[in-house]
Amino acid sequence: MPAGRPPAISVSGLNKTFASGFRALHEIDLEVRPGEIFALLGPNGAGKTTLISIICGIVTATSGRVEVAGYDNVADFREARSRVGLVPQELTTEAFETVWATVRFSRGLFGKPPDPDHLERVLRDLALWEKRDHQIMTLSGGMKRRLLIAKALSHEPDVLFLDEPTAGVDVDLRQDMWEVVRGLRASGVTVILTTHYIEEAELMADRVGVINRGGLTLVEEKSALMRRLGAKQLILTLAEPIEELPEGLADKRLELAAEGWELVYTYGKEGEGKDIAVLLTELTEAGIRFTDLYTEQSSLEDIFVHLVRERQ
Amino acid sequence: MNVRGIRAIYTFEMARTGRTLLQSIVSPVISTSLYFVVFGAAIGSRITEVAGVSYGSFIVPGLIMLMLLTQSVANASFGIFFPRFTGTIFEILSAPVSVWEIVIGYVGAAATKSVGLGLIILGTAALFVDLQIAHPLWMLVFLVLTAVSFSLFGFLIGIWADNFEKLQVVPLLVLTPLTFLGGTFYSIDMLPPFWRMVSLFNPVLYLVSGFRWSFYGLADVSVTLSLAMVLLFLALCLTAVGWIFRTGYRLKS
Ligand SMILES: Nc1ncnc2c1ncn2[C@@H]1O[C@H](COP(=O)(O)OP(=O)(O)OP(=O)(O)O)[C@@H](O)[C@H]1O
Ligand SMILES: [Mg+2]
Repeated sequence: MPAGRPPAISVSGLNKTFASGFRALHEIDLEVRPGEIFALLGPNGAGKTTLISIICGIVTATSGRVEVAGYDNVADFREARSRVGLVPQELTTEAFETVWATVRFSRGLFGKPPDPDHLERVLRDLALWEKRDHQIMTLSGGMKRRLLIAKALSHEPDVLFLDEPTAGVDVDLRQDMWEVVRGLRASGVTVILTTHYIEEAELMADRVGVINRGGLTLVEEKSALMRRLGAKQLILTLAEPIEELPEGLADKRLELAAEGWELVYTYGKEGEGKDIAVLLTELTEAGIRFTDLYTEQSSLEDIFVHLVRERQ
Repeated sequence: MNVRGIRAIYTFEMARTGRTLLQSIVSPVISTSLYFVVFGAAIGSRITEVAGVSYGSFIVPGLIMLMLLTQSVANASFGIFFPRFTGTIFEILSAPVSVWEIVIGYVGAAATKSVGLGLIILGTAALFVDLQIAHPLWMLVFLVLTAVSFSLFGFLIGIWADNFEKLQVVPLLVLTPLTFLGGTFYSIDMLPPFWRMVSLFNPVLYLVSGFRWSFYGLADVSVTLSLAMVLLFLALCLTAVGWIFRTGYRLKS
């Protein structure tokens, strides 16, 4: 981070307990660096949307502080909010307004002077320019989602929140959308997105935060995390149990399980570890016979559970 | 102050009116005309004059008030309820606009619409009966103050209501009875003493009375009192709005 430049987003000691008594967030501390793409991963109900809503001023925090570019989001709400664009998870759009009218409205609402050229650029980038005179209710779901992105970009925010941006968007458009996000990053915009899909985080993010049951369990550079998240296991059911791994095969990726009846080989996605064919040959040469084999990729759920356990 | 933000909300609301121009203007005009036919012509043939003013002319200020109140409340309550209902309110809550800027945008648009409507109804009435406006400036003051106060009241209802039924219930159960019993179609002098006294507790009476005074110089209660009541109501609504936004009531969890 360049000296003297405050974090794009800084959250400290944030807690949220809803009126129902439900504790949705506890003691969240997070800093997002200017210009990075930060992915917030977490299962349903983890608190991703709640966290974003608090940063954007839609939900009030029970305690804690939020700053946007160094401005407190309560005391200096104008400064803080005018820098932020939000694309919500739900498809909440007007119905009868036209595409053009709604992006103009968004820009004005955020206090920016009219700039038709900017709005045209945004609509073209999101493949909505042809639809500018159409009523919003005549758009498809994917178009509405892109329209929400266009609205959020209409006032040229420094920080963009994308809450599950790719839900309901087809593969082609998803590519286009990532193209837009990359373009934004290139122009210095900080992007914070939430997703359930590891691949998405892998594709886009610089850093990843994992949130589970209201707690931020980890924040890590993507590359480090992906090595762990990308792990797969090859499980071999042996013809007869063995006591210990034969000499020469004592690789830390290889473990005995099921009281010696199973051999578990953990390997990374990125080509680390032995070639599986080589491993199988070596096993046969070592006289270990197996009756079955299958591979397993830990589900997102497993990974979260694992991460939570690891942190405790 | 985010003037552009206010303007965005105001224009958005006015554009909504533009799209529903037919309902917004034609239907109140038609119902006013119906009132004229029913009350003006049918009853007017029996009650010829009230304090020297023909009955048809006498009911005009009351009718305008009736429309002003119901339309202000309906417009403003719907204006803020609808984005809450569809969820689009998130954008306004996340925007750099203050509480009062939001209120100015929504209430300003609703009040503009009702004042316009009041003037249209006045024009329609002029086709049916002879009108004279003794104090045009005061007439406008009452028109605008009432439109603003009741739009604020409508705004409050739109925030309080969490379903469409509640949105209807206050106008139907509170506002309609109050307007009909507020001397819209009669002078309270025509009532027996008991009901005359009960009427004095009806805030709408003061509005109608003050407004009618600006036309014909006739009033059931003193004009100063009328004006004070409008301002009091305005102050109450402003306080409530201030409280709502301070606590985030029904807007933020
Ligand atoms: N207004 C509310 N009142 C009470 N509880 C709420 C409220 N809003 C959210 N919650 C609860 O807070 C928790 C976190 O919800 P949140 O929407 O932040 O999850 P999420 O991580 O965004 O999930 P998803 O991936 O499904 O979008 C959930 O258990 C939810 O039920
Ligand atoms: Mg969510």
